[in-house]
Amino acid sequence: MGIYVDKNTKVVVQGVTGKTALFHTKQMRDYGTNVVAGVTPGKGGQVVDGVPVYNTLQEAVDTTGATASVIYVPAKFAADAILEAVDAKLDLVVCITEHIPVLDMVKVRRYMEGKKTRLIGPNCPGILTSDECKIGIIPGYIHKKGHVGVISRSGTLTYEAVYQLTTSGIGQTTAIGIGGDPIKGTDFIDALEAFNQDPDTEAVMLIGEIGGTAEEEAAEWIHKNMKKPVVGFISGRQAPPGKRMGHAGAIISGGKGTAADKIKALNAAGIQVADTVAHMGETMIKVLKENGIYDKCKTC
Amino acid sequence: MNIHEYQGKSILKSYGVVVPNGKAAFSVEEAVAAAKELGTKVCVVKAQIHAGGRGKAGGVKVAKSIEEVKAYASEILGKTLVTHQTGPAGKVVNRLLIEEGCDIKKEYYLSFVIDRNTARVVMMGSEEGGMDIEAVADTMPEKIIKEYIDPLVGLASFQAKRMAFKMNFAPAVVGQVEKLMGALYKAFMAKDCSLAEINPLVVTNDDKVIALDAKLNFDDSALYRHPDVAELRDESEEDPKEHDAAKEGFSYVTLGGNVACMVNGAGLAMATVDIIKHYGGEPANFLDVGGDSSVEKIAKAFKIMLSDDQVKGIFVNIFGGINKCDVIAGGVVEAAKIVGLTVPVVVRLEGTNVKEGREILRTADVPEVILAESMEKGAQKIVELVAKQNAKLIG
Repeated sequence: MGIYVDKNTKVVVQGVTGKTALFHTKQMRDYGTNVVAGVTPGKGGQVVDGVPVYNTLQEAVDTTGATASVIYVPAKFAADAILEAVDAKLDLVVCITEHIPVLDMVKVRRYMEGKKTRLIGPNCPGILTSDECKIGIIPGYIHKKGHVGVISRSGTLTYEAVYQLTTSGIGQTTAIGIGGDPIKGTDFIDALEAFNQDPDTEAVMLIGEIGGTAEEEAAEWIHKNMKKPVVGFISGRQAPPGKRMGHAGAIISGGKGTAADKIKALNAAGIQVADTVAHMGETMIKVLKENGIYDKCKTC
Repeated sequence: MNIHEYQGKSILKSYGVVVPNGKAAFSVEEAVAAAKELGTKVCVVKAQIHAGGRGKAGGVKVAKSIEEVKAYASEILGKTLVTHQTGPAGKVVNRLLIEEGCDIKKEYYLSFVIDRNTARVVMMGSEEGGMDIEAVADTMPEKIIKEYIDPLVGLASFQAKRMAFKMNFAPAVVGQVEKLMGALYKAFMAKDCSLAEINPLVVTNDDKVIALDAKLNFDDSALYRHPDVAELRDESEEDPKEHDAAKEGFSYVTLGGNVACMVNGAGLAMATVDIIKHYGGEPANFLDVGGDSSVEKIAKAFKIMLSDDQVKGIFVNIFGGINKCDVIAGGVVEAAKIVGLTVPVVVRLEGTNVKEGREILRTADVPEVILAESMEKGAQKIVELVAKQNAKLIG
């Protein structure tokens, strides 16, 4: 089980003939992901590394029955690639591309209203359900099958958390990087809701950072709805106000979006927050023990 | 990216926003010439820096004669202004805006920003103009009016009118206000702004609606389609280290301490700064070097960090996902040789090919480079080494 993607997910790669896309398409297939097609306008008919290439996404979907796409196209064209995926009525589109203009994403989000497609990203590492499906650039080998879900705004912190969990014997259901942009698709609450309903997930690691109020809203949602323990971590305690810390969305503006506010909100909702990035795994183990589910979650 | 007030006003004017007549001046002579050209009884001499709070810091003066323009221009040019937005070091004034004065009846606040929660552009207004809008938001949130804009429709006329009436503009000027809101929205969208703020927006004694100040910020990701905006960049307003880093494709933020950090990934880079502080160190910077781990890139990152002469040690924190640890370790060792390190470098490596990577660091003939067993131990180690260096310096 796990959320959003599994062994039945059929993936089409948008921008498949680019160097990065080719590398990661191979990595995804090596992990066991069912990559059924690629799209690069003007290169239809080619086959790259065993993957058939189509000129349009619609053609790829009609021919192969793809259910999800992953976008590796440059920022200038990435918003259009998302629109194309939504128009093709895919279940899921994962956008890896960074630096998409924010106003392009405002239009994309408006276009998505009332449509069935779920967007993960942009500016994200993707999603991985252990031993079933990996979409994006997450290194596959650090994941082990288990019962903890991971949601993070940061790519490297997703890997860091998964790695700490795996090396201490705690496997994962699905790890999802929701991305570092201010306007994005899937947010914390969406993923929490899915993990809440997933029978295999016993607990969730939530990794936030400065900027916006998504963590505060997630804390409130968890307090009201979550049936499973959640462990938090927030990066950016030392970030100065008004400075963008790498991610477009990681900025304290108008005194809002500080790490202190987010940690306070999480704590107020009864969520334990790791004091440093090195203690994410340890904090999860402590909480699993307190909830009497450590033995069940020790899967590797 | 930020620009100066006079540049912002020039852009807004081209979209039909009413702004006072004015001219930029880079010297006292230019300031006097600008005031003569304006020919108004009263002139305002305004310091042009990328920070708010200029008035309180003495950067905005009302001059009633050419002699006063000369005196104020001489006083403000070259002066260091310290405001709540400049940091304690302040900012040196190199440019002035000489503007016609106006008789203000009432001041308002108007801005457009992007709202994360609704994924919409939002127009915000308040009749509490001229003051710090964050303070208004904290103490009188009911005084801030919002209109969320559908990108397919744009700012609808009824929304502008509703906002104007809620802000308590006199019915006689609502038409002017609506027009100004429409023009400001058009500029915001056309130029890919992340903020367009008029504070204050004023109604004059003769019932004219004028944007007395203008602050425009732009989405860096969209600058490729606005070369005219990119040209307005004032490098003297930027931290040179941040500028050098951006050229290499790195994200760098100066933090003022003595423990430098080099990390892959923005989230881990923020968390690394935090863990240094957690163990009692003072982080010098945030630095995300991204996925590329070539020797040249790492050497450049070292050089940028070491150009800060406060730096007494470097913590390299790498999680090798797609990048392999052995390649990164080799890069660090080679870069250390190229740069000629004079401060200790503690390296924490984890992830793909970590064994090989650690072996390279362990056997390297660069004594300054120290391998850490874990992130926690690495952070503690660099803090300890820097403290020892400081003790030596004091001793």
